[in-house]
Amino acid sequence: MNTTQSTRMLTTSGSRGQRLRVPRRRSVNRFRRLPLWIAVTVLLIVVGYPLIWLLLGSFKSQREFLEEPTWALPQQWSFENYATAWETAGLGSALFNSAITVVPALFCMLLFGTAAAFALEVLVWKGRGAVLMIFLAGIMVPAQMILLPLFSAYFQTGLTGSLWPLFLTYTATGMPLTVFLMATYFRAIPREVFEAATLDGASIYRQFFSVAVPMMKNGLFTVGLVQFFFFWNDLLISLTFANSSKLRTLQVALLNFNGNFGTTQYGPLFAAVSINVFALLIIYLLLNQSIQKGLTAGAVKG
Amino acid sequence: MKNILGDRRAAFVLLAPALAVYSVIMLVPVVVSLGYTVFEGNAISGFEFVGIDNFVRLIGDARAHQALLFTLKYALVVTIGQVVVGYMLSLLYVFGLKRASSVVRTLVFFPIVMPTVAVALLFQQLFSIAPTEGVVNSMLAGFGGVPVDWFGDGGSAFVVIAIMDIWRSMGFYGVLLYAGLVDIPEDVLESARLDGASGWRLVRHIVLPLSLPVLISSIIFSINGTLKVFDSVMALTSGGPGTSTSPLTISVFDHAFTYGEYGYGSTLAMLLTIICLIVTIFIFRGSRRDLTKDGPR
Repeated sequence: MNTTQSTRMLTTSGSRGQRLRVPRRRSVNRFRRLPLWIAVTVLLIVVGYPLIWLLLGSFKSQREFLEEPTWALPQQWSFENYATAWETAGLGSALFNSAITVVPALFCMLLFGTAAAFALEVLVWKGRGAVLMIFLAGIMVPAQMILLPLFSAYFQTGLTGSLWPLFLTYTATGMPLTVFLMATYFRAIPREVFEAATLDGASIYRQFFSVAVPMMKNGLFTVGLVQFFFFWNDLLISLTFANSSKLRTLQVALLNFNGNFGTTQYGPLFAAVSINVFALLIIYLLLNQSIQKGLTAGAVKG
Repeated sequence: MKNILGDRRAAFVLLAPALAVYSVIMLVPVVVSLGYTVFEGNAISGFEFVGIDNFVRLIGDARAHQALLFTLKYALVVTIGQVVVGYMLSLLYVFGLKRASSVVRTLVFFPIVMPTVAVALLFQQLFSIAPTEGVVNSMLAGFGGVPVDWFGDGGSAFVVIAIMDIWRSMGFYGVLLYAGLVDIPEDVLESARLDGASGWRLVRHIVLPLSLPVLISSIIFSINGTLKVFDSVMALTSGGPGTSTSPLTISVFDHAFTYGEYGYGSTLAMLLTIICLIVTIFIFRGSRRDLTKDGPR
């Protein structure tokens, strides 16, 4: 017993180590792994069932919600709820508002942030360490600390009532993490690359656009992905600066389905949430490796 | 050659846009916000100097104390929950599922990518009681229990908030800690096993000390996020019933945009910022000391 256990243990976590092939008694082994399979099954139910329940609910009628048990399957597969949700919540214009602020903000943030990281990490000048620290300090600042002065400033400059405040605030709040991560990636590139480019007569700007940016493609993608999720799922900033029905982003529009106001139309509510969740699920399934890598790298933001 | 990479003008040109946006929209507002703490008023009605009134008010404000308490309670419970559940998941991935863990990891990670508002609406329905029973109350009834009005009082609403945020982020911390665990050298584990350590003893004496650095950083990330919680509470309970589940972040929002008190709102925001700084420095110091003592990684 003891020997089988230790030999079995030798083969565990063989992500790198060599695997010893030991004949084992299958039935004993299977029995021992039973708790593991129970744990995994429970885990999959806890994570998966709410999502399946959500999807099923999006096809149910109001009557089914009120009269049938909650785990019943929908009686028909109609997309009526989706049409209702799309119209009543104005999801179309909300989607447009979200896209038209998030995409340009991402672009500006990546361009400016990468340029700054290049200047701070590749170029050599006095005081660059201090400037990098100033950027890093921004990671710690809670958004609440800057919202009130910004609200006043946008009001006084007449930007309130447009999507500019959202765009500007996203670009700026994404900057510290972008500069920090891009600087980390630049550190990994051998200096000889840029020295060779200098010998070839490339100017700094040429080096940035033709050497640095192409080499940073993976980094840019990762950082862009992380920030996309931060911006896209943001509620605090969009609730503060884009609360009118015309400027509503996707999350603010979704918040208006909140049961606290009036009678809940369950079907459309489930449909609206489904649209939000399963659209992101598709993106996630396509890119899950980069998303997991990127989000954990961006964890410093907290 | 050093000359070109040392070109100060080019450095300035490349740095300027980022620094300008960052300064104007983050650094200056932080300073202005600090200034607001000695004023009262708002953008529309104008400001009035009130000296230390806001701080005096903060000391005697029972609702602010409640919000502070809620923030700390939430941060403590959810941070412990996220990191402990995440650690258990990462152990499951590394020692239980081994190479087959990728599919499970991918699925359990997904909720962190979902919009918080969507998750909150989903949990409202999962825990709802009337007019239609959600899954949780149906299960309670099925096991012979009594359905609970989860959002009826602050205590049970807090339970739902905590469950929701742990559900959302456990997969994320699982992957974060998993990255730390697979870094543990295989030969260390192997020799410990040859010495007879297995199961809980292996985790307690070998894996836990060796994964301490990544565990500490997870705690810092987690507490830094949980102290600033806004989206999930706002979307799930809006701080209610009453203000019983209202953290400092929602108080700031309420005071500023419902009552038009930017000064007092900024004072609360400053309190929150100071707490974030203290907690981070505290944990960071503690981890530094441990690192030099044990010296792994």
